[in-house]
Amino acid sequence: MLDLLFDASFAASVPRFVTPILLAALGGALCERAGVFNIALEGFLLVGAFAAVVGSYFSGSPWFGALAAMLAGAAMGLVFAEFNLRRGGDAIVVSIAINILAAGLTTYLLRAIFDAMGAFSDPAIAGFARVSIPGLASLPLIGPFLDGQSPLFYLALLMVPALSFFFARHRLGLRIRAAGENPAALEAGGVGRRRVQLYALTGCGALCGLGGAQLSIANVNLFVEGMSAGRGWIAVVAVLLTRGRPWPLFAIAVIFGAVDSMSFRVQGLGMPQQFTDMMPYLATLVVLVALSWWRRARTANGGTL
Amino acid sequence: MNGMREGTMAREAISWAVALAWIAAVLFILMALVGAPFGDALAAFLQNAFGGRRFSYLMATLSRTALIAGMAVSVMLSFRAGLFNIGGEGQLVAGGLVAALAALLLPGPPLFVLTASILAAMLAGAGWALLAGVMQLYVGVPLLVGSLLLNYPIRYIASYIVAHPFRDVQSGMVQSHLVPQATWLPYFPGTRLDIGLLFIVAASVFAVVYSRTTVHGYHARMNGLSPAFARTVGLPVRKLTLQTLAMSGAIAGLVGAIAVFGIHHRYIDGMLVQPLYAWTGIIAVLLVGMIPWAVPLSGLFFAAIQTGAAGMERSAGVPKEIALVMQAVIILFVASRVSGALVASSERKAGAADDA
Repeated sequence: MLDLLFDASFAASVPRFVTPILLAALGGALCERAGVFNIALEGFLLVGAFAAVVGSYFSGSPWFGALAAMLAGAAMGLVFAEFNLRRGGDAIVVSIAINILAAGLTTYLLRAIFDAMGAFSDPAIAGFARVSIPGLASLPLIGPFLDGQSPLFYLALLMVPALSFFFARHRLGLRIRAAGENPAALEAGGVGRRRVQLYALTGCGALCGLGGAQLSIANVNLFVEGMSAGRGWIAVVAVLLTRGRPWPLFAIAVIFGAVDSMSFRVQGLGMPQQFTDMMPYLATLVVLVALSWWRRARTANGGTL
Repeated sequence: MNGMREGTMAREAISWAVALAWIAAVLFILMALVGAPFGDALAAFLQNAFGGRRFSYLMATLSRTALIAGMAVSVMLSFRAGLFNIGGEGQLVAGGLVAALAALLLPGPPLFVLTASILAAMLAGAGWALLAGVMQLYVGVPLLVGSLLLNYPIRYIASYIVAHPFRDVQSGMVQSHLVPQATWLPYFPGTRLDIGLLFIVAASVFAVVYSRTTVHGYHARMNGLSPAFARTVGLPVRKLTLQTLAMSGAIAGLVGAIAVFGIHHRYIDGMLVQPLYAWTGIIAVLLVGMIPWAVPLSGLFFAAIQTGAAGMERSAGVPKEIALVMQAVIILFVASRVSGALVASSERKAGAADDA
């Protein structure tokens, strides 16, 4: 049984599930650190997945698909900024509206552009080919996980140290943290808080868009209504749990990705699809519960966080 | 003084006009994308939202209003108590599923079966909401996240149950068998409108009376307006939280039961999820800034948009998802003006992590 679950193809499938959650969560981290309570990652992901299919279909290149996804995601970030930052709408309300907007708009445009209902697949949608990096496969233990993935996976991997460096050293990264932790200091330094938050939202949208592209033109070559299927919410949880720190985020994304991929495998072994679909959410709840118990235990023992 | 007030009023009016212009522009662009004739589409919209032979479409709009307003009342109870319960969808599905199963399994006279099934549905909804509450209070999982995540397991459980053990295989669809015809909610005399609406009216009256006249309701609202004050004066915050969530969930469960007995007469996979009833309920509350008496109106407004859009799809070839887009755009423009009411709750949410 375990052999059936954990073989080479399991190893190869984990990154496929890690990538969208990781990219969306890194985007969420930008907002979290900038003090923007963004729970619209689900909508951003969905729009990215759709835009990637549109871009790839009309250009014939997955890279244009990814670019379209980033632009569309960034545009959603701008919509969020317009209504939350400039017009002062409550972040939760704006998030809920954007999630509904994403669900409605993608389905509407699916009909308007492709005249398709529910799902659209076409040979003209160019997907990302698997990239094999020489030597990677022979690495002990992690080799089978790393080799032969979509370019977006490697990009996502690179984003983790990059974002970590960005928050620690880069001027804009520091300003983003200041916007979240000490807005007064930021403003005293002559930098507008809202402007910094606008950058964070735009970046968040672009990263989520890429995550969506992984869903629609790397994992498969099609768009299905609502294909983000709650992964954006899982990313939100990951961000809240880690308070937007990139490395812990990576760890959590790997756990969720592994569960996601495992549930996919168990389905192949005859477990009803509904139960395997449920597993990522149950895993998320279990992680939430475990982590808050652990935190409590630590504080109860006199430790400080 | 007077001049100044006129000045602000004029500015208000202009900004509302600009918002309306934006909303209209989005509508025009979407329709132009599918090349729909605007006049025909508008006629189809109005016809399907309010018209029909013997007003049959209006009846459909009203019965949808009942569901949306019901979900709106459910979340309003939570929101007013400062509880960010956005798991209405899970509670609704739990109610609808349990109602259908109870009606299929219970023996006895129809009225007993109906009553018992509705109560079971309310219990199921309450239980699902309490689960999120317990996770917040005793485990430290923020309600906003916990209640939302619980939407997914119940969705898949319901889907499994009507896809396998309780599937009406002969129908070829993923749905349960029909509940006994004697348990179907009757129509109002001379109409095609089921009496489910009355249950929702009762639930709304209960919610208003509870919130305005009982000590518990007063405490719950106080907790919503200022959690810090509520804690300082020693209100039993945990008990209030659980009670409020249970009532919220029970009303959502009731809405699920009404959808089963009044409209679909069975549980169909996705019937409570795909129309986004719970989310529409939330935005119906937000649209009117949580003013109770206005909630049915905004529920009717969104229901009309949805049924009207279905008509545009049939007659003018406009995909009905235009309704979702318009709802979202409207709430974006309106909520950014009235969301002051939520501020206390957002602060609470920020503080929830410290409580844990």
